[in-house]
Order: sequence, then C-alpha cells, then structure tokens
Amino acid sequence: MSCEPWQCSEIAATKKANPIQKPEVAVAMIKKAARPILIVGSNATERWMEGKQLIDYIIDFAKASKVPVVATAHMVGEFLKRGYEPAAFMSAMDIGNRLVDPSWQGLDGKGHPDLALFVGLPYYMEALILCGLKHFAPDFRTITLDNLYHAHASWSFPNATLEDWANNLKVMTQKFEGGQ
Amino acid sequence: MTSKNVHMKIGEMKTSTGLVKNLELSIGKIVDDSWTEPMGPTPMPSISTLRDWDMKLLNKYKPFYMPDCDLCCLCTFGKCDLTAGKRGACGLDIAAQSSRIVLIAASIGAATHTAHARHMVDHLIEKYGRNFPLDVGGLNIKVEAPVTRLVTGIRPENLGDLDEVLEYCETQITHCLSAAHTGQEGSNLDFESKAFHAGRIDQVGMEVADIAQVSALDFPKADPEAPLIEMGIGTVDTSKPVIMCIGHNVVPSVGIIDYMKESKLDGKMEVVGLCCTAFDNTRYYDRAKIVGPISWQLRFVRGGFADVVVLDEQCIRTDIFNEAERVRAPVIAASEKNCMGFKNRTNDPADEIVADLVSGKATGVLILDPEKVGEVAVKVAKQIAPIRKKYRVLPTIEEIIALAKTCRQCNLCQRSCPQDLQIPAALKAAAEGNLAPLTDLYESCIGCGRCEEACPVKLQIHSYIVKAGEKFMIEETNFCRSGRGAVQDVEIRNVGSPIVLGEIPGILAVVGCSNYPKGGKDVYDICREFASRRYIVVTSGCSAMSAGSYKNSEGKTLYEEFPGGFEAGGVLNVGSCVANSHIAGAAIKVANIFAKRNLRGNYEEIADYIHNRLGAVGLAWGAYSQKAASIAAGFWSLGVPVLVGPHGSKYRRMLLGRADKPENWEVYDARTGDKVNVGPAPEHLFQTVETPQEAMVQIAKLCIRPNDTWKGRSIKLSHYIDLHKRHYGCMPQDLHLFVRTMADVPMTMKDEVTKILEAKGWKETVIPDPTLLPRMIRKKKE
Ligand code: SF4
Ligand code: SF4
Ligand code: SF4
Repeated sequence: MSCEPWQCSEIAATKKANPIQKPEVAVAMIKKAARPILIVGSNATERWMEGKQLIDYIIDFAKASKVPVVATAHMVGEFLKRGYEPAAFMSAMDIGNRLVDPSWQGLDGKGHPDLALFVGLPYYMEALILCGLKHFAPDFRTITLDNLYHAHASWSFPNATLEDWANNLKVMTQKFEGGQ
Repeated sequence: MTSKNVHMKIGEMKTSTGLVKNLELSIGKIVDDSWTEPMGPTPMPSISTLRDWDMKLLNKYKPFYMPDCDLCCLCTFGKCDLTAGKRGACGLDIAAQSSRIVLIAASIGAATHTAHARHMVDHLIEKYGRNFPLDVGGLNIKVEAPVTRLVTGIRPENLGDLDEVLEYCETQITHCLSAAHTGQEGSNLDFESKAFHAGRIDQVGMEVADIAQVSALDFPKADPEAPLIEMGIGTVDTSKPVIMCIGHNVVPSVGIIDYMKESKLDGKMEVVGLCCTAFDNTRYYDRAKIVGPISWQLRFVRGGFADVVVLDEQCIRTDIFNEAERVRAPVIAASEKNCMGFKNRTNDPADEIVADLVSGKATGVLILDPEKVGEVAVKVAKQIAPIRKKYRVLPTIEEIIALAKTCRQCNLCQRSCPQDLQIPAALKAAAEGNLAPLTDLYESCIGCGRCEEACPVKLQIHSYIVKAGEKFMIEETNFCRSGRGAVQDVEIRNVGSPIVLGEIPGILAVVGCSNYPKGGKDVYDICREFASRRYIVVTSGCSAMSAGSYKNSEGKTLYEEFPGGFEAGGVLNVGSCVANSHIAGAAIKVANIFAKRNLRGNYEEIADYIHNRLGAVGLAWGAYSQKAASIAAGFWSLGVPVLVGPHGSKYRRMLLGRADKPENWEVYDARTGDKVNVGPAPEHLFQTVETPQEAMVQIAKLCIRPNDTWKGRSIKLSHYIDLHKRHYGCMPQDLHLFVRTMADVPMTMKDEVTKILEAKGWKETVIPDPTLLPRMIRKKKE
C-alpha cells in the first residue's frame, strides 16, 4: 500500500506522517492516549464499504473505543438519526482552531485532548487542518482513520482499497471490544 | 470632487521681463469643494492608517492558519523549511509566511480589478472625454460612489475624476505588494492588516470600473427590473455564427456588438459569453447570451459551439487557444494582459487579419483595438461558420466505450481530480457499456482537465464526461437577470430600518466563482432558501449564473420567482465581479442614508456601524481566485463575515471567533461607556463551511448582530433554530449566547429554548448601542 499523498499535488510536506501498517498500531496509540477525540467529517455518509456507510463503521468504533466524537458540518443529524449522540458538533474550522490553542480545555472542560483522530473530511480540507495542527500544535498528535494517506498527520494509514479500509475499521473496533 | 489638476498652455505672452512662448504650466491641484459633507478622519488611508481598526477585528477574529505547504521558496535564500516554529533564513515564521500569502493574494486581486478599472477608465475617457458625467441610477441615486467616498473622501462626478481615485489605488497596491518582499513586514498580524487594506482598495477599484462602464456604456442603472437574459448553451441558436467572449472586460465585446449592429447582422449571429464578460455583454446588449460560469470553458469549446473565441482578461484558461485550435475556432486575444503569444496585428488592415484567420494561416491573433476586434470577430465568425460546421471534438458514445477499455485503472486521474471524482470506476462501467456513472460526474466536474493531464494513456476524460452529460448541457435553457448595478437610495431608505432593527433577518450576498464541491445546484438551493425566508439575496459573478441555472416545480428560475429589488425576499444580481462593489456600497449606504452617518473619509465609524448593526453575510461557495480573496478582504475590513465553500479552505487562513471565550465579545455601549457582552455576533469573519447544510445554518447565525431589537433577534433566532433543526436534527446548543432577554426568544419555540437556557445557566443582559470605538461613546464613564 502506497504512502504517497492521495491527492497527487499534496506533496509539500517536509515532515511526513508515519505510516500505520496495521490497525493494531493505531489501537495501541489510542489506548495510550488519555484524552483522545474523534473528528468525523461530511464524507461519513458519502463513503460506502461492503454495503455499509462509513458513519456506521465509525459509530461501531466510537461505541467500542469510547472515544468522544466531534461531528463536523451537518453530521450531527446523521449520527442522531442512527441513535448515536456525538460528544460535540462544530465546524471543522472551529475544532481545528480550538486544538491549536493550548489553553483550550477540551469538550468537557477537563483538559486539552492529547490525540485527535480524523476521518471523513474532504481530503484537501482534512490535509489543511492537519497541516495547521502540525505547525501550530507541534507536540499534539493526530491520526487519520481514512484510507487515504495524509502526509500532514502524525500517523496515517497508507492509501488502501475500500475492502482494506472496512477491514481496518472492523479490526480496530474488535480490538477495543475485546481489549477493554 | 475635491481637487483638480490645472494645466495651462500659453502660446505667447508679453511680460515685464520679455516675451514668453509656448509656456506650459501645471499647477498641481485646486480645490473645488462643492461637496459640503465634512471630511472624516481617514481620507485616502495609507497602508497603516486603519491599522488600529484592523487590529480590533483581528483580535476578535484571530487567524487560524493552515499553511498547506511547509516551505517558503520566495527568494534564493530558500527553500526554507518553516515547519512547526522554524524560521527561514530571513527570520520569517510560518504564521507570517501564511499571512504573507494572504496579502499577496489580496494584492493580486486588488491589482487585477484596479488594472481593469484603469483600462476601462482610460478607454472611456479617450472615447467620451474626461467630463463625461457619472450616472449610475439617475435621480434614484445621489450617493453614486459610496465606497470611493468612504475610502478616499472623493465624490467623483465625471470620468476624469475617477483618474485621481485610481492613482490613489495604484499607489496603495504598490505599497501592499512591496510589504511582501523578503525582509519587510515580519508580523503576521501586520501582514493581515495590509491584506485588509488591499481589500479596501480593491472595493474602490471595482467600484470605479463598474460606475465608469455603467455610466458611459449605458448599462442598467440600479434597475430592479433589469432584463431577464437567456442563459445556457441550449438557448444558443447554433445554426448561426457564434462568437464566444471569455473573461471580464467588456470593452472588446462592445466593439463586437457595435460592429454587428452597424453591419445589420444583429439577430443573424450569436454573441455569447462565459464568466463575467457574459454579464457585461448582456448589460450592454440584452440579446447577448450567457452560456455559463468560468469552469465551463472546456466543455463549450470542445463542444464546438464557438466559431470565434475572443479573450479579454482574467480567469481565462491559459491553454484555451490549444483547445480552440482543436475545434478549428480562431482566437482573438484582445487584452494587453493576456497576449497568449499571438502576433500583434493591431495595426494590420482588418480584412487581412480576417483572411488569415479564416484560411487557417493564423490560428490566433492579438488585436489591441476594440473596434478592430469587433470587425474582425464578426467577419471571421460569418465566414468561418459555414466552413467549420460547428466542428467538435467530443467522442461518440461508441468511441467512449472502446477507449474506456484501455483504462489501466491506475487511479491517477482520481488522485489528480480536485473533486476526487470516482473516474476509474466510471470508466470501468463505461467499458461495459454503462455510461450512467460517467453521466453522474457531469454536475460535479469543474472542467479543470487535471484528470487528462495525469492519465498515462491520455484518455480525454473530461470530454467523455461532457459527452455523457450532453443531454443536460443541451437542455440548459434558463434565465438570469442582467446585472442591475447599484442599489437605489430609495431602496435603502425603505429597508434601512427593518434591516438594522433585524426585522429583515439579513442580507445574503452569494458571490464569486464556480469552484463548487458538487455543482451549482447548492448555490440555487441556498439562495432560494433564504429568499423564501425573506432575506435580501444579492448575487454576482458566476454564482449569479448558477443561482439562475435551476428551476422550481413551476419551471421558473430564481430570477423569475423572486423580485429583483433590494427588498425582503428579493433576489438581485448586481452584475459582474466589479459590481461586487455595489454590495459593500449598499451596506455603506445604509449607514449613510438610513443612519445619517457621514461617510466621507470616515472608514472606521462606518465599518463599526456595519459590523455591529447590519446583518450581512457573504457566501463565496465556489471561490477560487485571488480576486475572490481581495473581495473577501474588503468585506472583512468592513466587519462583514464571509463564508467560503470547502475549496475555500485552500486560502489557508480563516478568521475565527471563539464563542467559548466570553471575554472576546465585549463592546462598548455608546450611550453609557459600559462594556457589554453581546455574545459571538457575528461569530466568525472568515470561515470555510463543508456542506450546503452547514452553510445554511451558519448564514442564519452569522446574520445576528449586537444591535438587533428583541423583535429582530427573535426573528433571526427562529430562522437559525429552524434551519438547525432541519439540517442538524437538533436544537442549537449555543442559544444562551444569543438570547439577551426572554423577549428575544421566538414565541413558538419558547419551551425548547428555555430548556437550553436553563441548562446553560443563562443570565439576562442588556441591548447596548454597540461600538468597538471608544471615541463613539457619547457619555464618558467617570
Ligand atoms: S523569503 Fe525568507 S523564508 Fe522565504 S525563502 Fe526567502 S529567506 Fe526563506
Ligand atoms: S476535469 Fe472534472 S473529472 Fe477531470 S479532474 Fe477536473 S473536475 Fe475532475
Ligand atoms: S488515469 Fe487514465 S488509465 Fe489511470 S485510471 Fe484514470 S483513466 Fe484510467
């Protein structure tokens, strides 16, 4: 699987994301984090794998891992329709802007998150926000759960097929269900 | 006008010292001040004059940078890696570099509009003389150049007066751009302030261009009933010769239309336009047709409709001549800014040029005389149309199926596509004879051609998409209202009070280019939603075209469904890019005409008024250009929030408020001098929204202003809550920030709202007379 940025022209990164070769690696990092959050963008209802929408995989994962979800755009309604209440909803720009502020005390007011997982934003928007975080919150860690390599994240899955993506998300969900 | 250059020529004069012959004298400027309005504090501001104002806004709406590129390569010290706090060889960090890019973009945009204005004004002065009077709305408009009056303190009365205004703009843009040189400005916020300044100048440049052309070329003058123009390639009679004009500067098109009329060919040929030239053609000649926004250049040229392609300036595909050559359509470049490598034939006899273009001896020419452009274009179109027979390069369906079989499924096309369109899957289906997935791409494809550039087997993917969507293309028969120009003073008088008090819930300006995430329908849907809710919806540029490109259940376009006045529920197209100045102009006029604030050189006070009282929001759903950046900058500096669609995130910096920080939302109450927390109203100054649903919710929220009366606030909140519930499936959770007293709560939503207020520990507050400027406080606190 390739670790080139999915969008060919998105190459201007001197510090590139470490590839996540196995979903277990991502799971270990998430488990290690004290205050992770999961940011879910509008492609959550646009991407389908094995007849199931990305958002449904995400809900399974969020329930198993208990990572609080921030829904961007109008995704909150999509979560609620499926009976899952995200921890927060706000625009993608707002969550990015809060994450670069070290004084922000997180969704619950109890402390700044130490890890942000991103999934399902338009590729270029996600890349830009990750780039903002890389530069302005250099110690903050980001992981993308997309099947598209994101050079500006701290950790990213390589470009992968829809089947592999579905499998990665399922494995991650199972690891939490079984492991916690 | 405040001053005049005096130039005297004396043939022969006897003086005490002898005989003076051929004396020429220039005595600078004499003041001719018939304008009695007192001069405000900041006429003709320099790049730092309004810095304090800018910093007030930048403190409230701090930049959020998304640098996109980790490097700077602007000078030979570089490339410098600026990642995560590293500084470049010149000492610059990534925040300053990111804001420098914003400044450069805004300066390019301002320079482009101002240079357009310069060309227009020089040309019109040459043709009509310096004393040609400005008239943008007859008796209906007394404040004919609100932006110019506000920024420069000049009240222009004739074409010659615009000269001085432009000189000022040109100087300021030079200063703005110079600040971007290595080793000049070093602070990100100062770069931002200079970008705001470029935006202010841009608004002036645009206004000059438009009021000059409206006056001299007799465009619709602030006319709510400007003609409905046929739009879409389906409206073009392709049995006639077709001249296609692309760009923004109408001057060469005027040459074409005039020559066509003089030669009695009016009605016997079609003059169609793409991008803003299309609008200005229709403002000059209401039988001209609009074929579409900028992103449709390839589809129309490859479709073979154009017999001659005339290029003026801005937003033209720089490879359009290659494309035109493929369909055997000659190209005439008509702008100094865009010579396209063609031989300059300006001084050659028209018939010689015509012969060369028709015979194919020349495939393109540069002609810098608009009248000659007119003659050549018309003659060539007439002669070449029967030869070309609308020759096109779109493949047949059978060819597409055969070619799709050669696709290697390498994904490079999709990975190069800005829309991430699933081209390989569509080609796989096409190879099996199913063209439906390819057809599905038609609406979202922005016609950039990047997929074709990437394809290792050189498949003409865009052409396949266009062919697969041909039915839609041919059926595009819509109406767009021709650009009406400015807003009348009387319209301002009628709506000033309901806008400022909040009873008209807001003004939504849907402007800018067509780099949409999923086609133009979103623009139509958004405009229709807000017009139905009785907001004032103002459109311009490519967005104005997209707004008119879809129909309601009764088969009516937006411009047929809603009135064209500046009124509740009106949908008014002001015109081309440069007509955007009328939107800012309308806001300024509310402050001036309705609230009786002086506007002459009084920028801060007027911007403070607009920011705190006028529920106006700009939406550039498909913004792509540097001009869009400078237009946005002009609105930021007036304190008007601007939203961009997802591709707008690539402007790399947002100006975001923090609703969770109460300390950011204090204003002065001008009555008492007290500081009052008014909540995040408006919450952001520049924000990317991801989906049309998010855009709608944000628009409703961003129309809230500190000054809203309780009645106005409750109307605004009811729209915000209603849209939120519809698109987000729940109540907004930030209502406690916007309810000041229980009277603000919409009656029908009282129970739901009260629950949220209780949960959030809401406390009642007062409605101030809001200002950010201490000098506006009438009674100083002891
Ligand atoms: S302008 Fe500054 S940061 Fe950019 S390349 Fe030159 S030295 Fe490096
Ligand atoms: S032409 Fe259309 S399909 Fe091709 S890259 Fe551009 S947007 Fe994508
Ligand atoms: S780039 Fe060309 S060969 Fe590769 S998948 Fe796209 S169309 Fe097929």
